[in-house]
Amino acid sequence: MKKAFWLAGAAVLALAQPASAGDTIKIGFVSTFSGPTAVIGNDMRNSFELALDHLGRKMGGKPVEVIYEDDGQKPDVGKQKTEKLIQSDKVDFIAGYIWSNVLLASLKTAVDSKTFLISANAGPSQLAGELCSPYVFSTSWQNDQTPQAVGTYMNQKGVKSVFLIGPNYAAGKDMLAGVKSTFKGQVVGEEYTVWPSQLDFSAELTKAKNSKAESIFVFYPGAAGVQFLNQYAQAGIKAQIPLYTAFTIDELSLPLQKENALGVPGAQQWVNDLPNAENKKFVEDYRKKFTGLRPTFYGAQSYDAANLINSAVVAVKGDTSKKDEMKAEMEKANFKSVRGPFKYGNNHIPIQNFYLQDVVKDADGQLALKTVATIVKDDQDRFADKCPMKK
Amino acid sequence: MKSHINVRNVVVALVALGLLLLPLYSAVTGNIFILTLFTRIVIFALAAASLNLIMGYGGMMSFGHAAYLGIGGYAVGILAYEGIGSGFIQWPVALAASALYALVIGALSLRTRGVYFIMITLAFAQMAYYIASGLSRYGGDDGLTIYKRSTFGGLIDLSNRVQFYYLCLFCLFGGVYLIWRIINSRFGMVVRGVRSNEQRMQAIGFHANRYRLVCFVISGTICGLAGALLANNTDFISPAGMYWTRSGELMVMVVFGGMGSLFGPVLGTIVFLLLEEVLSQFTEYWALIMGPLLLLIVLFARGGIMGVLGRFSRG
Amino acid sequence: MLVLVEQSLNGLQFGLLLFLLAAGLTLVFGIMDFVNLAHGSLYMMGAYFAATFVAWTNSFILGILLALGATLLLGIALEFIALRHLYGRDHLDQVLATFGLILFFNDAVRLIWGPAGLSLPLPAWLTVPVQIVPGVFYPAYRLSIIVVALAVAALLYIVVMRTRIGMLIRAGASNREMIGALGINIKLLFTLVFGLGAALAGLAGLMQAPILTVQIGMGENILILAFVIIVIGGIGSIRGAFMAAIFVGMIDTLGRAFLPDLLRMVLSSAAASTAAPALSSMLIYLLMAIVLVVRPEGLFPAAKR
Repeated sequence: MKKAFWLAGAAVLALAQPASAGDTIKIGFVSTFSGPTAVIGNDMRNSFELALDHLGRKMGGKPVEVIYEDDGQKPDVGKQKTEKLIQSDKVDFIAGYIWSNVLLASLKTAVDSKTFLISANAGPSQLAGELCSPYVFSTSWQNDQTPQAVGTYMNQKGVKSVFLIGPNYAAGKDMLAGVKSTFKGQVVGEEYTVWPSQLDFSAELTKAKNSKAESIFVFYPGAAGVQFLNQYAQAGIKAQIPLYTAFTIDELSLPLQKENALGVPGAQQWVNDLPNAENKKFVEDYRKKFTGLRPTFYGAQSYDAANLINSAVVAVKGDTSKKDEMKAEMEKANFKSVRGPFKYGNNHIPIQNFYLQDVVKDADGQLALKTVATIVKDDQDRFADKCPMKK
Repeated sequence: MKSHINVRNVVVALVALGLLLLPLYSAVTGNIFILTLFTRIVIFALAAASLNLIMGYGGMMSFGHAAYLGIGGYAVGILAYEGIGSGFIQWPVALAASALYALVIGALSLRTRGVYFIMITLAFAQMAYYIASGLSRYGGDDGLTIYKRSTFGGLIDLSNRVQFYYLCLFCLFGGVYLIWRIINSRFGMVVRGVRSNEQRMQAIGFHANRYRLVCFVISGTICGLAGALLANNTDFISPAGMYWTRSGELMVMVVFGGMGSLFGPVLGTIVFLLLEEVLSQFTEYWALIMGPLLLLIVLFARGGIMGVLGRFSRG
Repeated sequence: MLVLVEQSLNGLQFGLLLFLLAAGLTLVFGIMDFVNLAHGSLYMMGAYFAATFVAWTNSFILGILLALGATLLLGIALEFIALRHLYGRDHLDQVLATFGLILFFNDAVRLIWGPAGLSLPLPAWLTVPVQIVPGVFYPAYRLSIIVVALAVAALLYIVVMRTRIGMLIRAGASNREMIGALGINIKLLFTLVFGLGAALAGLAGLMQAPILTVQIGMGENILILAFVIIVIGGIGSIRGAFMAAIFVGMIDTLGRAFLPDLLRMVLSSAAASTAAPALSSMLIYLLMAIVLVVRPEGLFPAAKR
């Protein structure tokens, strides 16, 4: 017990250290580093670190310090960490954010303090619409964009009917709404499952099978995606009804999904084999630095976030008090993105291409994601006109 | 009765003094975050103290106290969303809603005892969690951002950090004082009597379950107040804060500090949340240390922090 | 009609799996009067062991047998080192200590196996769907779960009702002091029962692994369900756990399968499809609350103490 007291004392001392306002660029990075989804946070951190390596760990001539904080996938913890980074560490930028609910909880703190926030993944519709802010930029997408691209692709393939399955939380509903907004065929069924506790999809798969739909669309990020594909294959439906996905197969889940993912298409704004020089450098150096790992779209977005921040800091020559100039620079998206060039909309969400990706066996027999085609070009999210900011 | 000056009381007094002077320290050093952190700690301490009232004195192991945090919070959040910003309306609604919920589930749950009681309070809290997740108008699973804190007609400004901190501290001290008055009143004696020997109290002619129920409702109402404070502190409310693990954390805080001692839960909350904060700074694998530490505390430090301090006091 | 058959099989399979987890929990709870939150961690360890051993030995059967043994040993070690000191303590102390163990196990697994999780691929002969009645195909692996779980339930019934150990277990559940007074080595019996419970949890974990993934924290959600089951069934009662598990499995699955359609008759389609999952996950807790209000000791209480 005494030990606990000493630790508590050390805690107060540690917290009591006043933030030193040295001549460094300070960046806070909030993501998930504990629990089952820590694997996503790790990939984001790896990619952010790689980007800093490539930048010589300097921005605008000043050394960069990054403080990583774990949100534990909980909105209130994420908000508290955001407060700590802004109030105690006095960071110039804050980046990261995997989850929509964590981002929404933390948003007000960042905007009120006029700290630039770069979302490297979460893209709830509010962020693109009524909650857009001059201080918030995204290097990812708005939730609906990816499934909209999947819906478009299904039209291109002439699919007549679909059965939709997704988790019952905001991003899940956004995803299914996204497909429905572009898919021209018939939606014969729509099932929502309890998130995150429901892991057995037998009831939903049975319904889908009996619905006589021509195709199934699902959105299951992370481990749930592995479970869904396992059960889809085991139930023998794979041979009968083709599956279309959004955010269900990526480089993190593929090693667990294995053959079950072969030939299952999805859409993404970034794929590891996109043919541009920045992307080649990113993917190759990532695989060199973190042996045995492959970067994911989460990582690519984090890599872009670091470069977006760098473009702003370089433009003001390291004087981060010039917020208006930094904002103007970031709006130009004047950096080499690994997804290829893109523009920002009035709401600071990228206007970008979406690609069709497929799972194939690469030269050494390994399963890999591969770009097959461009589904849509320069796609803008459908909430931009709800954002009061004008270009 | 022996002297009041012993290790335990000195520690309690020092902690109380420290909490009172914290904003001064924050102002002098310019460290705003420590105030933010302790505002959260003080609010959780109030919730833990309310749980201690039924757990420590009433012998009712509630595994669903997070529900009150949620109900109090959602009352504030939903009213704010619907354009009613006055705390004079929001807060009484938060308290009344918590009290009503406590009354209903208390009346049903108190038919059971022991582990069954733990599980039925959990069941009701989980139902509340799923209901909150289903409130799609108010954000569903994603939660609801509260854009404006409760207003009190210019009396107090909740968006001022120091004023809000003192309000929370006032609620904590007020809550602890209220609990102290309750347990030393005739009513409190009966509740404690029922805990140690229900049959005897029944035989003397006390309607044991009515006393328990009133105690249960008081505890829920105090926790609902903590929920209203927490929603104002985070400017945000979501079902995630009502999940069963949050109820478990509250139990840990109470036992950590010392169940059935007036200030135990307050100390327990401070140590638990600070440990979590500090360990997570040192290592990502903080749970690897926190887990066995909990086990050791249970095995070797019975009565929590207060129990250990008490042993120092004696000798 | 055929849909109903298939959905009932889904419910039965889920219920039987829950039974394996609940059986160990109710044994430990009933006999040692010990609340073990770490039971979910043993479930997780069973799955991790299985994924590791199957990969090492390249044999599905050998791998899961090794994993079962490893979980049994882990359970015994855990009991010997830490948990036996908690018998006779307050339930709250036990909850707290084993909550600490959950934290420990989750991070220990992350340290050893990494945060990414593992997969346990099935051998080819278990991946094909089987035709059970004309027109209804059912995954072979889910069928095998039903068979294995029923066999374990039968075995457990025989051991508990027909053998000397079983007699001691039943005696221990109804009167702990008495069997001590009769000169039975309680410590050994308790260790044995705990090991058995751990092995059952491990079995549930490793059987669930090919359907789900092997990941950190996989035991926590399902643990709460297992607690609900033993409370509905009556603490300490294997028979109660069996009935309640199948009941809960059926309600959960059938609720998910048919509730949305039922709700669509009264609500708009969009409102129904979002309300249904919340409502169907509430059903189980509602069931528990009703059972406890009507029968505060569960449906099949073990012999009165």
